[in-house]
Order: sequence, then C-alpha cells, then structure tokens
Amino acid sequence: MAYPQQYRYTKEHEWIDVQGDTAKIGITDYAQHELGDVVFVELPSAGAKLEKGKSLGSVESVKAVSDIYTPASGQVVEANSELQNKPETINTDPHGAGWLVKIKLANPAEVNALMDAAAYEAYIAEKKEASA
Amino acid sequence: MESVNSPTNSAPRKTPLNALHRRLSAKMVNFGGWDMPVEYPSGGGLVAEHKAVRGAVGLFDVSHMGDIRIHSRRTPGGALAAVQHLTMNDASRLAIGQAQYSAMLYPEGTFVDDVIVHRLGQDEFLLVINAGTREKDVNWVRRNTGNFDCTVEDLSDKYTQLAIQGPRAADLLSKLTDTNLNMVKNYWFTHGTVCGLPNILIARTGYTGEDGFEIYIPSHVATSERVWHTVIDAGKEYGILPCGLGARNTLRLEAKMALYEHEISDKINVWEAGLDRYCKMEKGEFIGRAALDEERKAGLMRTLVGLEMVERGIARDGYRCFNESGEAIGVVTSGSPSPTLCKNIALAYVPPTSSAVGTTIYVEIRQQKCKAQVVATPFYKRLKKASAIS
Repeated sequence: MAYPQQYRYTKEHEWIDVQGDTAKIGITDYAQHELGDVVFVELPSAGAKLEKGKSLGSVESVKAVSDIYTPASGQVVEANSELQNKPETINTDPHGAGWLVKIKLANPAEVNALMDAAAYEAYIAEKKEASA
Repeated sequence: MESVNSPTNSAPRKTPLNALHRRLSAKMVNFGGWDMPVEYPSGGGLVAEHKAVRGAVGLFDVSHMGDIRIHSRRTPGGALAAVQHLTMNDASRLAIGQAQYSAMLYPEGTFVDDVIVHRLGQDEFLLVINAGTREKDVNWVRRNTGNFDCTVEDLSDKYTQLAIQGPRAADLLSKLTDTNLNMVKNYWFTHGTVCGLPNILIARTGYTGEDGFEIYIPSHVATSERVWHTVIDAGKEYGILPCGLGARNTLRLEAKMALYEHEISDKINVWEAGLDRYCKMEKGEFIGRAALDEERKAGLMRTLVGLEMVERGIARDGYRCFNESGEAIGVVTSGSPSPTLCKNIALAYVPPTSSAVGTTIYVEIRQQKCKAQVVATPFYKRLKKASAIS
C-alpha cells in the first residue's frame, strides 16, 4: 500500500494529515499489518486535549493492545465513530476511512519534525530487514 | 539461584520448519526463547485460523514442545515409580498406548510445568512438556529421579511435532496413514506409518478443545517440510489452514486449558488452578503432595474463574479485578476476544466469595473499571460425535 505523500509519519507508526489548522490522525498500513485483525478501538471524546507524544487511545487486535501516540498537540474535534462498529476498517483502509481522530492543532509547526513518506518508507524497510 | 526461564538474551531457537514459516510470510514472534509463527496473514490471519480449527482443520508446528523419555533400567517398575513420584496424576492407571494430562509440582504444591504423560510400554513413558520450561523441566526430572532405577533421555530435538486439529482432522490424517484412527480414542496413541514414514507416534491429543492428533516425526528439515506440505495438500478439500500461536492461544483459552506462567506457575497451586481431577492424592507419595494436603485443609484464598465482559473492553493478562465495593480482589491471567463466541472473555484469579457464576467483577482497563461477569467454563465445549464417546 502506498504511503500518501502529503502525510507525515511517526516512528510509532501514526500518520497525520494536516489541512490548515486541523489534522486527521491514523495508524499506518505497516502498523495495521503488524497488529493483525483490529477488533477494538478506544478513542478520546470531542473536546479532549491531546499532548504530543502522549497516548490518545488504543487499537486492539485479538492478540495485542497497541497504544496510539499523538503526533502533534491539539484538541479533538471529532473521533471516528464508524470504528466502534467496524474496527476492521483500520485494516482495510488505514490511510483513509480508518482515520482515528480529527484535531485542531495547537502548534502546526510540530508536524515539521515528523518523517515524510519517503523517510518513513525507508524507516520501515529497515525494520522489515531487521526482522527477516 | 538457578534461573527458571530460558535465556532470552541469546538468539531465539528455531524448529525444523522455521524456514518454511518464513517462506509462508508468517508473522514471527519470540515465544519462550523460540522464533515461532504467531499467525499466517496470507491464509487470512488469526481469526481465520481459529475458525478453520473449530469448523474444519488446522495445522500447527509445535516442535518447540519438549519430550522426555523415562524408561526402567534394571528393575521392572522403575520408570513407573519415577513418573509417579514426579507427576500428580496416577500413571499406574495408564494402559500401554494411553496418555493423561498431568503436572510436575514443586514441594509447595505449585507448578514446575503441566505435562502429557504417555505410556509407551510397561516400563517406558514419554512426557511432553512446554517449550519455555524445557531446560528447567529436564533438569527437574533428572534431579528428582536419581533414586529410581530409570534412565532419563531428552528427546526434544529428535522430533518435529505437528498438531492436526479440528473436526476433520481424523478424515485428513486417515488419508495419510495405514492406521485405523477410529481405534485411537481421545488421549490414546499408537504408532503407524504416516506419509510413508514408519513407526510414527500418532496421539489423539491437542491444545485446542477440538478433536485432533499430534504426530511426532523425525526432525530432519526436508522430511519435516515434506510431511507439512503433504498434510496441507491432503487438507485442501476441507479448507485447512496453517495456524500460529495466536490461534493456539485463543483456542485453548475458549477451552479453558492452562498456559504456563498464566493460569499455572510456581506461585499457584493445584487447588487454586482447579485441576483437582488430574491430581490423585490417593495414589500415594508424589512431590508436592504433603503441601497440597495442608493447603486443602487450609482452604482456598483464590480460585480460577471465567469472565465475560459486559461493558466494552478487552481484559488482558495482568489487568486487575475489583468487586462491586471497589476493592482489588484479583488479576486476569489470560484474556482475549473469543472468535467462536464473539465475546470478550478472560480467566482470572479471584477469592472464592467472588467466584459464583453471575457475580459482577470489574476489570481495570487503562484506568477505567469495566464491568464483567463470572460465567461457567469452559467457554467452549465441542459436541462429541457418538464414535468419540468411550
């Protein structure tokens, strides 16, 4: 699966898609693949204040719980309520319909420190090599 | 102090099928010091594997399990006396060709490991033990059989152990062997030709709560791979899937089968684990018996129960349990979504006063107390075919 050029990526395998002063956050195709079938998602409510690097919620497969870390600080505008009934959307469309939260960015410049698509792809290629 | 766990800093060990798992693009994990497949995404992954075993058949590489052979040296009965001393079930009740679930205990009545004891001959037994406890178990057996006239052999690396599990397992395996599998009842075994290999141990055992077989073939890589592929090909018509440790765990959890370091450990005794029916106090002396006798008189402080989540959330190993008054009363030992029941289930240790079916228990999941309820176990029990009832 291709990694969208306009997104930015974290080492913990979250993506962030900035549109003006708001942004959508999700987990990458690599992350959903590592996790396996997603069966449960726990997300913050609208209005919650998120701090960069802190956990914003969790995504669970049958066998594991994965904390999701906030790529950039901000306030939750909307959580993806579709995921409550269809958590598997994270597996089928991690970079699109499987988004987790939409936030209003507190400091849009924070995003600049994150990896772009090329850097992220190189990063996961290295990880795949290490585990092979 | 001697270490009870396998070294984790050394390179993980590999079964003879390791390269094959990697060719199948299995997701690999370190399990008890072994590099093992957790699931095969190319076959559909954990849930598909779980359902294949419940509905048809699945194939597991369980070569990481250990095998200890104990046989009499000069005196007939030496091996039996040793096994009786080492394990809590009554091995004297085993006919040749029969197996039993049992455990090796510390003098405190807690678990060294759970084992399946097979009686290979009048004076010959095979103990199948867990992967993560292999060295500890072998040392334990050697150290505690010095006074018995028997020989202890670690055969763990001699076998590739394959588990063929599910309601179609017998149909599948009967295509690959000359043995009449109808004559091999649950927890019995035989020797026969499998895939052209003579004298293969075929046991009607498993760790899934389903009918199935475990076969022990030579650990030669090419032979092991050939047998794997032959089983997969023969199982295609039933929808066989290769299955990893992930499905093995959800299957055994639904069937309430214990996992070492979770439901049983060196801190948990037989009564707490609810394994009374495999512990034969009346058979005479065995390691742990005296302590168990005392503990039985003293009464239970905690007991293993099944939980079903009432509120949204998945209980996981190590999560704390609370009663309705908010007091911490216990801990979850295993927890997962159940692919068969489509519910979130768990096993937990709680005081007997909180163990009645229907009791409300709160499981703390990421600082939130989520409501759960004690339910009857096993969570899943297969319907036995008339032919399987002995």
